[in-house]
Amino acid sequence: MSLVLDLVLAMSLLWSAWRALAAPSIGRAVVSFITFGLFMTLAWARLSAPDIALAEAAIGAGLTGALLLDALGALAQRDPGKDRP
Amino acid sequence: MRRLGRVGMALVAGLFALTLIVALFELPEPVVRLADEVAANMPASGVEHPVTAVLLNFRGYDTLLEIAVLLLALLATLAVVPEAGLPMTEADGEPVLQTVAQIAAPLIVLAAFYLLWAGAHRPGGAFQAGAVLAAGAVLLRLAGVVPGWVRPGSRLRAGLAGGFLVFLAVAAGLLVGGRLLEYPEDAAGVLILLIEASLTFSLGLILAGLFLFHSGDRT
Repeated sequence: MSLVLDLVLAMSLLWSAWRALAAPSIGRAVVSFITFGLFMTLAWARLSAPDIALAEAAIGAGLTGALLLDALGALAQRDPGKDRP
Repeated sequence: MRRLGRVGMALVAGLFALTLIVALFELPEPVVRLADEVAANMPASGVEHPVTAVLLNFRGYDTLLEIAVLLLALLATLAVVPEAGLPMTEADGEPVLQTVAQIAAPLIVLAAFYLLWAGAHRPGGAFQAGAVLAAGAVLLRLAGVVPGWVRPGSRLRAGLAGGFLVFLAVAAGLLVGGRLLEYPEDAAGVLILLIEASLTFSLGLILAGLFLFHSGDRT
């Protein structure tokens, strides 16, 4: 059971990383990046490294995601009509 | 031609990945087993959690420099903010969102304090607690409860640099009697708690500042 979970987790990590890099719009890429961060948190928890999982959830997924979304909003304000989130 | 290039790139990347995997399986036995060293020296560290012991006692120097780097990052951010400051906007969020954020804020502060306290004997610590504090500030900002920061006043400056300064002061104080960040055994726990508490406060402000200093122009 846990092996299946780990395999699904590994696949999800690779998939979300690929989506973050190859998404056609920046908005989707940012959302994929946040998803990647959440999967990464689960992966660290599965590797029994709760310290890193906590840091990843708070900094990697939370704060960086908020910063990226904020930057996206600022970009959209600067030249409207181009890549709205 | 482009297709050929892509196939070539994929081949090179695949070969590199394969080499890495093979190399991983043929790693030599490490000469010094650091995990055992840490476990053997745990009683002298002043805390009970190995990760905290490594971060703030055995490798305290690294953590000191990490804080300096984060502070530098914030200073660089401040340098980009326009001289006159961004225009202040009135808080104008949705009432439901604001109420939920206001209910969540005290709980977030409580969680941060728990993480700080738990760092001595289980997963947690200054970085996580500071990040949770900063996340609370970002939540309050996004909900429109608090306005974005425009210019740092003297008190905010002191708060931002405080953690690093306390860490540096402790390091300098210990330099008198011995080597850099070599805590005396009986005072290690108290000193680490002092450093962690000030680090949490400053890290929360620094990480929140990375978001709040630039969000003054949100409409």
